[in-house]
Order: sequence, then structure tokens, then C-alpha cells
Amino acid sequence: MSAHVIESKPLVVEHKEEQENYLTAGYTLKSWFLTLDHKRIAILYLLSVTTMFFVGGIFASLMRLELMTPQSDLFEPDNFNKLFTMHGIVMVFFFIIPAVPGVLGNFLLPLMIGAKDVAFPRLNLLSWYVYIVGAAFTMFTIVSGGVDTGWTFYTPYSTSSSQTHVVPVVLGLFITGFSSILTGLNFMVTIHRMRAPGLSWFRLPLMVWSIYATSIIQILGTPVIAVTLMMAALEKVLRIGIFDPNLGGDPVLFQHLFWFYSHPAVYIMIVPGMGVINEVVTCFSRRSIFGYRAIAFANVGFVVFSFVVWGHHMIVAGQSVYSALIFSILSYLVGIFSAIKVFNWTATMYKGSISFDTPMLYVFGFQGLFLIGGLTGLFLAALGFDVHVHDTYFVVAHFHYVMVGGLVMAFLAGIHFWWPKMFGKKYPESIAKFAMILVFAGFNLTFFPQFILGYLGMPRRYASYPDEFQVLNVMSTAGGSVLGLGFLLIAAYMVWSLVFGKKAGMNPWKATGLEWEHTTSPPPTENFYETPIVNEDPYNYANRDFTKDFNKEVKLGA
Amino acid sequence: MQSSTVQFLPEQASSFALQVDLLYLYLTAVSAFFTIGIVGFIIFFSIKYRRRSDADRPPMTVSNLLLEITWIVVPLALSFVMFIWGAAIFFKMASPPKESMDVYVTGKQWMWKIQHVNGHREINELHVPVGKPVRLTMTSEDVIHSFFIPAFRIKADVIPGSYSKLWFEATKPGKYHLFCAEYCGTKHSGMIGSIIVMEQRDYDAWLGNTKDSSLAEAGQKLFKTMGCVSCHSADSDIKGPNLEGIYGKQVRLQDGSVITAEERYLRESLLAPNAKLTEGFTANMPSYQGLMTEEQILQLISYMRTLTPVTTNTGLKTLPTTALGQTPKPEVTPVQTPKPVTTPTATENKLSGSPKKSEPAK
Repeated sequence: MSAHVIESKPLVVEHKEEQENYLTAGYTLKSWFLTLDHKRIAILYLLSVTTMFFVGGIFASLMRLELMTPQSDLFEPDNFNKLFTMHGIVMVFFFIIPAVPGVLGNFLLPLMIGAKDVAFPRLNLLSWYVYIVGAAFTMFTIVSGGVDTGWTFYTPYSTSSSQTHVVPVVLGLFITGFSSILTGLNFMVTIHRMRAPGLSWFRLPLMVWSIYATSIIQILGTPVIAVTLMMAALEKVLRIGIFDPNLGGDPVLFQHLFWFYSHPAVYIMIVPGMGVINEVVTCFSRRSIFGYRAIAFANVGFVVFSFVVWGHHMIVAGQSVYSALIFSILSYLVGIFSAIKVFNWTATMYKGSISFDTPMLYVFGFQGLFLIGGLTGLFLAALGFDVHVHDTYFVVAHFHYVMVGGLVMAFLAGIHFWWPKMFGKKYPESIAKFAMILVFAGFNLTFFPQFILGYLGMPRRYASYPDEFQVLNVMSTAGGSVLGLGFLLIAAYMVWSLVFGKKAGMNPWKATGLEWEHTTSPPPTENFYETPIVNEDPYNYANRDFTKDFNKEVKLGA
Repeated sequence: MQSSTVQFLPEQASSFALQVDLLYLYLTAVSAFFTIGIVGFIIFFSIKYRRRSDADRPPMTVSNLLLEITWIVVPLALSFVMFIWGAAIFFKMASPPKESMDVYVTGKQWMWKIQHVNGHREINELHVPVGKPVRLTMTSEDVIHSFFIPAFRIKADVIPGSYSKLWFEATKPGKYHLFCAEYCGTKHSGMIGSIIVMEQRDYDAWLGNTKDSSLAEAGQKLFKTMGCVSCHSADSDIKGPNLEGIYGKQVRLQDGSVITAEERYLRESLLAPNAKLTEGFTANMPSYQGLMTEEQILQLISYMRTLTPVTTNTGLKTLPTTALGQTPKPEVTPVQTPKPVTTPTATENKLSGSPKKSEPAK
């Protein structure tokens, strides 16, 4: 692509791989817990978010067990209420939000832009510790009896009626918010200041654009939720009237403030996942991305529009018909950016050379499930329709299709794609494909019936329900167990691969990108042997000769 | 409704049900089209362009502006139809007909308390006649609830310190689910009940059994016992604003703005009298916060609605100017032929948060 090509002086890998990498750089606990290496911090995040994912998953399983029968029989209603609350809090704040930025963002961002680390390595480590402190508060709350407000903490229930541990959990989330803010700040500065020579904005992998967009939302949005939760805590402890009408407050004000963050937070969750899809779909189609600029600017569109659609969470909460109208039309506009991406990913496959390795299967899974999640978002933005399904299982199914069908699928695509880079090992491919099919099938069996349940009128957060909803609930629970098995299987073979996995080689997928072509697997602590120089567009698969062995030579410089 | 079969639609029992279901059909059709289309392309490409060997050398991708524009414009157009259609139904849901019959709902953890205009009360059950628009005025004694009738396809949050409105016209006699849709604590899933839709004559018979005094009569008693009458009557020493015809009136406030005196304003004036003072009056009314239940406040408002000096069509004065304290008869007699309880000006914008209410003076 570039007129001026610098001669590359390839370096033979065999000698390099025997050398120290970031994993062998130190084996003490101290070398992990006081590390400033973004790659090690990514591993710390991987361990912590995976733990939280399984904790949240246990809550979900118990909930699904209770819902197998119409009566509230397995748990007291109070305990059921705590289960769905803790499931939501753990999954949203401690898994989905930090998962892709914390794990893949941390690991990949410096590698993708040819930097030695993020701009502020100490701050990066601090982010992880702040996250852990927040998580500790939440775990304390769980152990000491839980909280029952729903992850949305709606007032005045949370501040006046609930007798559970609202304050500690809210403090935990307040603290965790700083982790999100600091990570966003760190990544933004890194992207601005630390790109390799020749890596202009439009040569960035789209994953980097996604991380950048996410960081902006994190920095702008998170302080609002922090302040909102603090106000709720103050009202609960000091009886300052902010939201409780008995103290002169306005309960709906809380919803405005809460969703002003929590809607953009949906994009904090899904946009990094979309970033992963760009990298994987191009690699396994051996095609450059279709509509690079359209996708890049769609990220910017998310940033702008995600902040002006919060009112669609409050269509039946007594806002004026005209504000409902505005929020409805804006919600349709934000949907278009997702549509742009989905169409472009599909078009990228056109005339490609498509292979069906595990990460690509997850991309297919993502495409199908995110489509359904996104399209049912259009249902919910239709005002007259939303009135009926608001606060029902239709909404539950919709956001699980986006968050699990979208983000978790993308996260798993990313983990399977970069696992060889992170650990230098291959996981067993056929078991991985089987697990993917389990997850996909289990997911659909769990959540598709919930669309029907929702339209039939089953409200969310119900411990008991009328008999006629039982068949669909049993289907959902059955699907949940398949889904859970799939996740456990993935965890098992991933751990297995660390010990018994075959050596992966530096670029097993024959992918483009600095992290694949310019460094070994796992990379050395300093990432590169020589600062890369970028002289081509991203995803330049048309210029590669795939008959060559991509595992042999590390490109130096350019 | 057997548990052995799976239905896909809830019963259609209100005038909104079919409209919402048709929109559902359109949304599903558009979604199915795009899902099948995209998945179809993915499968087609996967087969046609599957990797045969590493010697495959796909060409450079060329972006196509026309294609990008097409797949922005077409979905935008289709979703604009969704927007208009959804909004049209929503506006109907927000505009109760003038001849609607009023019912008052109070939510509390964990029950629904219903008051009919004639004073009849029920808990977790609401009896309504078929084919007649019913307007609910709802509030909560504690936390936020949400009044949801799946068979009618309607729902509205019930918010403490505020009134929300909901209306429907049942089209089919029967018994339907009433759910609380907003999480409200321990027995949230037990805060359920039934809507019982009856033929008019059955409904009349059911209603006829009541011996309660009407809502307005109860309100009138409160008006005396709570001491309202000592300021808000024509011959009192201390002067409060004259409440005749207050409901639906445009009240000029001290800051010069004008507000329509409907439920929300009247409630606020009881509990926080000084928040929005009527022009020309001093802040000497005490707050009734904590002294009255939500249901009593509704009774009092119900009484104030009867203090309408003028009927619309004839212009006849139905109540003498000294009507305060007298029995307001015609408007509150039970419901064989439900008359408009209020003047049209009062019923024009009923929906909570309806735009006119918050508009400043012209």
C-alpha cells in the first residue's frame, strides 16, 4: 500500500522462542502482584473476571432451578430476589464491563499499536487493584446476606424499603467505577501517544477504534453512576431527601441518572466485543475489512448517540409522551450503527478464503445472536409495543441476546483467537468446536423461550408465576444447564492446554497485525525486539503468501 | 390456558390488543427477513468461498459507497415505519376518551387497592364492564409498582408521590391477569390479581350490591373533618382560594405561571401547599403530609371534581354558589349511564406527564 517500503530484516523465530518471554520473566507471587507489564495485568484480569463470571453463573443456575416450578419452593422469595440481584451486579459490573477491555484490551492494545506498554503502567496496575477492592466489597455483601434491590437499585425501594446491604454494595460499585475510569484514561492516552511510526489513525486495527470509543464512554459516563449511587447511599444512611418522595425527593430522578450511565454502559459492554469481531472475521476470511471507515465512524456514532437514548428505559415511568417520542426515534438511529457493522462483517466474507476454526465459529454465533438481540431492540424502541413488554421476560431475553449472545460470544472468539499468543499453546480444536456448539445451542434454548414468555406477559424478577408459563420456563432451565456445561468445558480445556497444549507458534492463524507478525508467542516483556514500523493498511491479507510458514520469522522494524 | 400447550400470544381482550399484535407481526417479519437474509449470506459465503488451500489469494477488498448507503437507508426507512406505528399506538394509549369511567388505584407492598367512584372497594380485583372505556388514576403508598394487564397490552408505573394514568376498553368478558411489573420487594411476584370483565348488566348487578358511600361523599366528609371548609368556603374568615370548579381550571400562580389544576397539582397543594401558591394568597395553609392516606387524598380530589359550577352543554348552573358543604348529587351516582364527571376542559389532557400540563402560560 505504501510507496516507501522499508526493507525488513526478518529474525528467525527458533532462537527467539527459547528466550525469556513475559510469562517466564518471573515466577514469584510478587512478580505477578506488583507487575507493571500490561500482559501480566491482563492475565490478572482474566483470572478475576472468569471467577466473577462463574460466581454470577452460579446465581443464574440457582435462579433457573427455582423457576422450573410455578411455585416459589426452592428458595424463600427474599432469597430469590437476592439471587437475581447478585447475578445482575456481578455479571454487569464485574464481568461484562471489564471483560474485554481488562483482558483483551490490556493484552492487545500495546501490541496492536507497536508499543512497549500502556502509557501509565502503574496506573494500569492500580486499576486492577481498585477493581479487586470493589469486588471484595461485593463479595463481602454476598457473604453477609446479600442485597435484594435488583442491579438497578431503583428508589425509593433501595433507599427506604429494602432491609438488605445496599450501602456496602453501592460503595463497592462506586470504587469499581474508578477502575473503569482509570483504564479508559490510560487507553486513550496510550492510543494518542504511543502508536508505532507509520501507524496513522486509519491504519489502526478496528479493535483499537473500539477500545478508544469505549474509553470515551467510560470516562464520561462512569462519574454519573458514581455520583448517583453515592446520593442513594446518602439518602439511605442520612435520610437526605433526594429520591424518596416521603423526604421530598423524586424517585424517577434516580432512573434518569441511573440510565444516563447505564445505557451508555451497554456500549461499554458491546463495543469492545465488536472490535474483536473485526479482527477475527478478517483473519479467517483472509480479506481486508469491508467498509473500514464506516465501521470506525460507527464507533464514534455509538459514543454520541448512546448518551441520548436513556429515556427508552422509562417509557412507562410517567415521562411525557413527547419525550418518549424523542427517545424512541433516537433509539432507532443508534440501531443503525450496529446494522452498519453487521452488514460490513458479512460483506467481508464475500470472495474470501474462509476457514472454520473455533474463533470463526464464535463469530458466526455472534452474528446470529447479536442480530436477534439488536433487532429485538428495535421492537422495544417502538413505543406502543414497549408498553406491553416493558419489564417482562421479553426485555430479559433481548439484553441476554446482546450481552451473552453478543459480548460473551465475542469475548470467547477473542480468547480463542489470541490464546496461542497469550500463552504460546494450542487448545484442542475439536473439543473447542464442540463446546462452541454447546454454548450456542444452550444459549438459544435458554433465552429464545423467554421472548415468548415476555410477550405472553410474564414479568421479570418473579419468584413464582402462573401455571401456564411453566413449559417455557422448563425449556429455559434445560437450556441453561446445557449452556453451563459448555462454559465449564471451555474452562476445563483451556486450563488443560496451559499444561498439555501443543506449542502454538507465533502466528498459527497466519494473521496480519503487529501482535502476530512482529513478535513471538508469548511475547517478550518488552513486546517487540525492535520498534515496528508500519507501512501498510490493516488486514492487508491480499499481500500475503499463505503458502509460506508464518511461524518462522519475526519481522523486525517493517 | 392449560399448562400443557404453549401459546404464542396472550388473549386479546382490549381495544389495544389487536393493534399491538399487528405491530408485533410487522416487527417480527422485518426481523425474520434480516436474520434469514444475513444468516443466508453467511452460509452461502461459507460454502462458496470456503478455503480450499493456502494457495487461495483473495483479492483486496474494495469498499462500495453505494452499498453502504443502501444498507443505511433501507433499514432506516423500515425502522421509521416502526417508529411511526409504535408512536401512533402509544398516543392512543395516552389519550383516554372523555366519557371514560374513573377508577382509582392505590398500590402498596404487596397489594392493589381499588376504589370505584361509587365508593365500592376491592383488593387485587378490578371489575369492569365490557365495551366501556375505563380510566385508572393510580398512585403508590410506598415504592414504585407497575400496573400491568397482559391481555389488554397496557402497563404503567405506579409511582409514590405522583399520579399516573392508564386507560383501556375491554372487549371480551373474562378473567385476566393483573401483574405488578416493577420490582417492589419480597412478595413482588405475589402482587398479582385479576381483572374481571363483565357484561354491562352483570356489572350493574355486581356494583349494585354496594352500600358504601360514594368516593365524593367520603371526600366531602373529609373536607369538613380535616378542616378544609374553614378556609375554602365562601363565608370563612380566613381566605383560601375558592375551590368551585377548581378541577381542570387554569390556576395562575404567584410567579405568574399558569398550571392546570388536575390530580397531581391538587395533591401537591395538599401536601406541600406553599410549593405552588395561587396568585393573591399567602402561605398560611399547613401541610397535610402524613395526616391523610393516599386513598383519602383521592377521595378528597374526587370531591373537588364534583364542585363544578357549570355543566358544559347547557351552561346551566347545577350547583349553587354556596355548594361547598352540600351534597353534590348528580355526578357521582353509580354508573348505569356513566356521565362525564368533569367538564371537557378538565379531561383534555389526562395522561400523567402530558405535555400541556407543564407548559407555561400562553
